[in-house]
Amino acid sequence: MKAAVVQFPGSNCDRDLAVGFRLAGFDVEIVWHKDASLPDDVDIVGVPGGFSYGDYLRCGAIAAQSPIMRAVAEFAGRGGHVLGVCNGFQVLCETRLLPGVLMRNAGLKFVCRSEPLRVATADSPFTSGYAKGDAIAYPIAHHDGNYQIDEDGLALLRAEDRIAFTYRDNPNGSRADIAGVLSANRRVLGLMPHPERAVEASHGNEHGAAMFSALAGALVAA
Amino acid sequence: MKATVTVMLKQGVLDPQGEAVKSALGAMGFDGVAGVRQGKVIELDLADGTTEAQVGEMCEKLLANTVIESYRVEIA
Repeated sequence: MKAAVVQFPGSNCDRDLAVGFRLAGFDVEIVWHKDASLPDDVDIVGVPGGFSYGDYLRCGAIAAQSPIMRAVAEFAGRGGHVLGVCNGFQVLCETRLLPGVLMRNAGLKFVCRSEPLRVATADSPFTSGYAKGDAIAYPIAHHDGNYQIDEDGLALLRAEDRIAFTYRDNPNGSRADIAGVLSANRRVLGLMPHPERAVEASHGNEHGAAMFSALAGALVAA
Repeated sequence: MKATVTVMLKQGVLDPQGEAVKSALGAMGFDGVAGVRQGKVIELDLADGTTEAQVGEMCEKLLANTVIESYRVEIA
């Protein structure tokens, strides 16, 4: 099992995300934003948190046009699995692999804390280690996590059970308390909270470990 | 030739930064500011012969996120 973690100039959670994958048994290769292709045997791509390209223009907008993201979009188009965390979620929205956008937090403040979440669906390779309705907590750390989507888009997400996580105490103004969403084929997940920062006892809790181990199980079976 | 692209949040999209500027102006004693919308201006220095359609494509693909933003192009 192999995970590729993308590194942009300004990424700062790439190594943390690699640790999350490694603890679940993945081999991890870091891939550079200028690379035009992914390693051949990759099972999942991680798009990490941080401030890619300094958040210039819009968060994730420049990264979305990088050579590696073209390769990631093709990989996802072939049914590949992709996990985008925080800035990675913003990048996946900007590449249109996921619907909606992430705007400036409604309170205008950078919010950094352990965030109470609810698992909104267990029907995905990312969330099958939880039960629907589970109350968990992952850390958040973002300034632009205010998820917005239009009425039709929200109705579609609900109808297709594609809201993966919701906030229990909305920290940023996100529509319908949405913290993370799935693609139509359920193989691409973007979320603002950081599962990779909750995988060891010293992190405060290990709620994120279930995501990486569920992925390992799903991808071994595949 | 030069082009000026103005990118604004679409009407109906909440602009938290504009709201914060509006309340700051009110707190400073400027009465009668009914609304503030904050956007961005991007100046492009272009090769002669660049068409407005090409600038439009730049806006669609990168300069604006048309899910929430609208843009206006002025070519001088």
